[in-house]
Amino acid sequence: MRTLHAEWTKLRTVPGTVRMLLGVVALTAALGVIADAAAQCPSGECSVDPARTSLTGIYLGQAVVVVLAVLAISGEYANGMIRTTFIAVPRRIGVLAAKAVVVTGAVLAAGVPAVLVSMLAGRLILPGHGFTAAHGSPSLSAGDAAMLRAAVGSVLYLGLIALLSLGIAAAVREPAAATGLVLGLLYLIPILIGIVGDATWRRHIEQIAPMMAGLDVEATTGLNSMPLGPWQGLGVLAAWAAGALVAGGLQLRLRDV
Amino acid sequence: MTTSTVTPYRSELTAGRDSFGRLLRAEWTKFRTVRGWIVGVFIAALVTVGIAMLDHSSCGNDDNGVASACSSPIGPDGEAVTDSYAITQQPMTGNGTITARVTSLAGGLVGSGGAGTGAPVDWAKAGILIAPNFDQGSAYAAMMVTGDHGVRMQYNYIHDTPGLAGSVSAASPRWLRLTRSGDTITGYESTDGTTWTEVGTADLPGLPATVRAGMFATSPSTSIAGSSSLGGSSGGGAAMQATGTFDHISVQSQSPVSTWSPALVGGGPSGKTTTYPQPGQSNAFQQSGGTFTVTGSGDISPAGNGTPVERTLFGVLGAVIAVIVVAAMFATAEYRRGLIRVTLVANPRRGRVLAAKALVAGAVGFAAGLVGACVALPLGEQLLRSDGNFILPVGGITVARILLGTGLLVAVTAVLATALGALVRSSAAAITIGIVAIVLPYLLATLNLPTNAADWLMRATPAAAFSIQQTVMQYPQVDGSYTIGNGYFPLAPWAGFAVLCGYTAVLLALAAARLQKQDA
Repeated sequence: MRTLHAEWTKLRTVPGTVRMLLGVVALTAALGVIADAAAQCPSGECSVDPARTSLTGIYLGQAVVVVLAVLAISGEYANGMIRTTFIAVPRRIGVLAAKAVVVTGAVLAAGVPAVLVSMLAGRLILPGHGFTAAHGSPSLSAGDAAMLRAAVGSVLYLGLIALLSLGIAAAVREPAAATGLVLGLLYLIPILIGIVGDATWRRHIEQIAPMMAGLDVEATTGLNSMPLGPWQGLGVLAAWAAGALVAGGLQLRLRDV
Repeated sequence: MTTSTVTPYRSELTAGRDSFGRLLRAEWTKFRTVRGWIVGVFIAALVTVGIAMLDHSSCGNDDNGVASACSSPIGPDGEAVTDSYAITQQPMTGNGTITARVTSLAGGLVGSGGAGTGAPVDWAKAGILIAPNFDQGSAYAAMMVTGDHGVRMQYNYIHDTPGLAGSVSAASPRWLRLTRSGDTITGYESTDGTTWTEVGTADLPGLPATVRAGMFATSPSTSIAGSSSLGGSSGGGAAMQATGTFDHISVQSQSPVSTWSPALVGGGPSGKTTTYPQPGQSNAFQQSGGTFTVTGSGDISPAGNGTPVERTLFGVLGAVIAVIVVAAMFATAEYRRGLIRVTLVANPRRGRVLAAKALVAGAVGFAAGLVGACVALPLGEQLLRSDGNFILPVGGITVARILLGTGLLVAVTAVLATALGALVRSSAAAITIGIVAIVLPYLLATLNLPTNAADWLMRATPAAAFSIQQTVMQYPQVDGSYTIGNGYFPLAPWAGFAVLCGYTAVLLALAAARLQKQDA
């Protein structure tokens, strides 16, 4: 509990934290609004998922989450603070767990307004662009089970991205390498998948790529053609985050600081 | 009292000259002595090659949305073309003229039976054509009416000159004429058959004495413009045919012939967007009195089916990420360890320190990008070929441009990351901004964004620079799926690259300003 409090104090008092959390909200909502404004469903069946469109900002917002989570641990390695931390709390796994709780909590707290604003903007803008029930597009209301899943799932997605980043940062230590690794893992696979010719292989990659699988939770239309169910997809990301945390924990225990 | 004077220490080494070359050397020494950064540069080159080797799409197995075909005819200018149509023709010896009146152009789905009666697609074509032979990809000149683009004169696939606008009907027919004089063919149009207007001329060097002249019809598929899920877009739509109705046909030449014979150019499916009427069952050619009806499908256009060669350079995205990480660390590491103070004491002109750093990062990035591209391109090309793919042919200058361009793209990215690092002084933040600015727009543009939004992203963000790798051409006379996912960028290659350079220049200026004004 004291470890938790210590980590909370550190996170709270580092000057960048509040700015970055506000950045998550602002960037997510801003890109979401732009995507809403650009989306069109003029006639017939909408080929675009309204929930995915309003939540486009997650692509951008998660980058800030990555920086926040990576710096929460790599920052201490960079300035030597980590030695003080481990002298005060010799149980290193406990430190990682406390960091995970604090960082994830902060990210979830920022994720809620980010997703709420995005969904609300989508609800206001999208029907004017042809996303109506007449075109087979589900409405963006909180009463809709799929929309609720997309909203809750997206907040959880941001939390899991924080955990993944934290785990990788604990394993790699160097903030630059950790950031590059996480962002490469997230952004590069969905682009490179374009050159994989074999459909079966593509499907497999879509099932295991952390961002592609994780964002399946946002889907509200075309669920049958997806390689994974929404919650299954988020589960894949959770497995990545757990794997990264285990790797990070092992590195913390086994290596000198 | 005795006073002892202390002689201040003087180094016996001669002072180094204060030159930019020495500063450059100092920065290069800093770079090369950090093992992780050298490893990062190697990773950048290796990733480019490695991703090119992952590419295993085989011809025909086109479930990717990316056009791949096993072969494509090559036009007179060396580019891959589409060349399939139905024609009713006769030989024409020496100089001569072919004239015909078109009274209707109708369209329909291939296989719907009979002459089409529906609306033709925008670039459905019917008209008169002169060609040395009917080999696919041969030279030609043609005057035609189109579905929605009026009268056109087209020759040798890439050349397209507009004539009268408006669609053709029995009430407003179009008279078309082609006159051969030596190697030059001139196209004329008229609304009444008496007043003729020249539309254009075509030089077809090496035209034999006897050429083929006749009435042709062809129609491309309906195009479904719009992108689909990640990595590609849905290709062509339904295969269409076009039916042209001709009368008042006359051919003047040295040895006139009175018989007409039908021919189908492009005898079988070779590309995914091209379907052909089966010779036995189609009404490719009907004659009643002086009226001819020709029905054909396919296209005569400069858009061949095949794999663009820049596909082998897809891995440069990985190289870009690796180089951003290395260059941002190169710029920020000195702040973390305090080395920046030593550096600035040794070189008080801070702007020059930044310039030297940027130059070293850029040179290293250029080397990584160029070497990666030079290995990845031939290797990837060979792999694609061995899988049976047809690589769209490109000229040597174009290959040089995309290889050199890839090197420059990685180099300027490295400079941009260096500037970002010097500006924000935190490696994690600099790397994230760099990747979000260059890689994320590319990702978003290949997603489900509408085409205009994707185009806007690829104009306004540093990701525009990826257009330096584009070799596929966008032709106004071809309705294609011109999306980012299919390799079409809204900006010209060097214009896109200039966008990245612009961002880099601004960031360098900001970084220099911060370095000058603020304590290190």
